[in-house]
Amino acid sequence: MAEIASYTPTELLACVAAHVLEDGKSIFVGTGLPMIASMLAQRTHAPNLLIIFEAGGIGPQVPVLPISVGDSRTFHRAVGASSMHDVMSALQNGYVDYGFLGAAAIDPYGNINTTIIGDWERPKVRLPGSGGANDIGSLCWRTIIMMRQDKRRFANKLPFITTPGYLTGPGAREAAGLPEGTGPYRVITQLGVYGFDETTKRLKLISRHPGVTIEEIQANSEFEIIIPAEVPESTPPTPEEQRILREIDPSGMVIKVR
Amino acid sequence: MEILREGQGELIGWHDPDEHRRWVRENKSRELKDKTMTVAEAVEKFVHDGDFIACGGFGHIRVPMSLIYEIIRQGKRNLTMAGKTAVHDIDILIGAGCVNRVEVAYAFGHELRGLSPAGRRAVESGKCKVVAEISNAGYQWRFLAGAMGLPFIPSRNLLGTDTFEKSSAKIVRDPWSGKPICLLPAAYPDVAMFHVPRCDKYGNAQIDGILVEDFELARAARRVLVTTEEIVDEEVIRSKPDQTAIPFFLVDAVCEVPYGAHPTQMPYLYFFDEEHIREWLTVSKTEEGTKAYFDRYVFGVKDFEEYLELVGGVRKLSYLKRVEQLRAPMPVQGGGEE
Repeated sequence: MAEIASYTPTELLACVAAHVLEDGKSIFVGTGLPMIASMLAQRTHAPNLLIIFEAGGIGPQVPVLPISVGDSRTFHRAVGASSMHDVMSALQNGYVDYGFLGAAAIDPYGNINTTIIGDWERPKVRLPGSGGANDIGSLCWRTIIMMRQDKRRFANKLPFITTPGYLTGPGAREAAGLPEGTGPYRVITQLGVYGFDETTKRLKLISRHPGVTIEEIQANSEFEIIIPAEVPESTPPTPEEQRILREIDPSGMVIKVR
Repeated sequence: MEILREGQGELIGWHDPDEHRRWVRENKSRELKDKTMTVAEAVEKFVHDGDFIACGGFGHIRVPMSLIYEIIRQGKRNLTMAGKTAVHDIDILIGAGCVNRVEVAYAFGHELRGLSPAGRRAVESGKCKVVAEISNAGYQWRFLAGAMGLPFIPSRNLLGTDTFEKSSAKIVRDPWSGKPICLLPAAYPDVAMFHVPRCDKYGNAQIDGILVEDFELARAARRVLVTTEEIVDEEVIRSKPDQTAIPFFLVDAVCEVPYGAHPTQMPYLYFFDEEHIREWLTVSKTEEGTKAYFDRYVFGVKDFEEYLELVGGVRKLSYLKRVEQLRAPMPVQGGGEE
C-alpha cells in the first residue's frame, strides 16, 4: 500500500467495486460492503442501477446503509416490496445481471466457502452457511465477490464449497445443471481486482490497487494467480466519492471513520 | 426419473402429502372463532419438546420475540429449528438450551454485527447439531412445496456444491430438458411463529412491507402462532383484504403483544434496539454471561410487558420509533442511543 493515502482500504474497496457496476443493469446485493458499493454506484455513474434484495425489496432508493438485507431500508421508496419467492424466482428466470457476495475463502475457480473451517461434523469454526449466496452464485449472470485476500483465504482447496464458482473448470457448471453462461465475474480484494481466464476458468489479475506490487498479490495467495504482461492500477477514490460514502454510512458501520 | 445424486443431510419436517392432508382435515378448523390467548397459553398448548419450529420475518426483522422468550421460560427442549436466515431468535434459543438441532441456510451469524458467540460455541462443542445444509431460496422453496401440498419442488440452485451434498435434496435428470435438476423436499414445520402489525381475533393477519417467506411458511406449517402489535376489528381487515398475508383458517393462536418484535425491527414501526442486541452479543461470549442474561430478561420478569420496562420502557421505545421513521439518526456503532 502507498505510505500516504488519502483514503482508507475500505473506501478504496467500495469505490473499485462501484466502478465495476453498469447503469441500467440489475443487481442482487448482500450485506455490508456490497450494499455500500451498489449505493455509491447508484449515486454516481449508475443512477438506474436496479438493486434487488433477497428478502423482497425491489428497486429501493436506500436512504442510509441497511444493517440487514431484510431491513426496512431495503424497500424504502422502492418500486416493490414482495417476497423471497418472488425475487429468487426472478433470479432463477434470468432477470438478474449481477450478484454481489462476500466470502470467507475462495479457490482458483472462484468457488466460495462460508460454511465451516475444519470438519463439517465437528467444525473448528462454524460460519453462517450459504444464506442466499448459493442461490445468487448459481443463478445470477455474473457474480462479483468481495473479500479480504491472504494465503489462507485464497486457498488451493476449500474444506467446503458453499457456493459454486466454476467448480472444477471449463464446462463443469453446465454439466452440474447450473444455468448456461453464468459464473463468477470479478473478485475484489484489498490488493487488486481479478477476473477469470476464458479457457482455464482460473483466477486472473486485472488490476492492482495503487502501491501494490505483483509480488504482494502472489504472496497473498496459496494458488498461482494468472498475471498478464500489462497490469494497470485500479482507479483510487475521488474526494466526491468519499463524501458520498460518508453520507451512505454516517455511523461508520462499514466505512470506518478515520 | 433417474436419480443422479442424493444429498446426505437429514430430511427434516417432510410428510407424505396424503398424510398431511388427513392431518389438516382432522386438526385445522375452518370455523371463524376467537383464538385470542396469552403468549404463555399459546406456547403451552402448541409448542412441544422435540418439535420442528420456524419463525417468520428475516434475521433481525419482524421476529416474534415474545414467543421465543416464552419458549425459554417454559423450558422447552430438543427443538429442531429452521435456520432460514435465523439470527437473533435461533441464537438465544440455542443459548438457552431449547434448540439443539438446526437445518442451516443461514445461522450462527448476525449479518453486519458479526458472528454469534452462543450459537457457534454450541455447534463447535457438539451441544447443537447441524443436521443439514441448504440455501435461503432452498428453504423458501421447501416451504413453497409444503404450501402447495406437493412432495417436492424442482430448482436450479445447490447443484455442484457441498451445500447440496449435506442437504436432504436429490438431483435427477429433468425429463423435459434432459439436464440435471435439484429436487427440494417439502418442509412442514410443526410450529411456525409470526409477529405482525395487525390481526383480528380470528387470526386474519396482515403484514406491511416485504413478506420474506411468511406467505409460504404459514401455509406449510401445521400450527401457526401469531403475535400482533394490536388486535383490530374484523372490519379493519375486511376494508383492506389485499393486505391479509395469513388468513384465519391457518392460524391457531392470536396474542396481542405491542412491541412484540423487540429488539428486532418492525418495518415502519420501530428500529432494531442496537444497544440491546450488542448487550446480548457481548454477554453471550461466556456461559455465565448467557445464563445471567436469561435470569435477568426472561426468568426475572413475569411477561413481555415487564421485559419492555426493563430494556428502557417508553423512552427507549419511542426513540426506536423515531429512528425507524427516519426522524432520528441511526445509532452509532459502539455509541448507543441519544
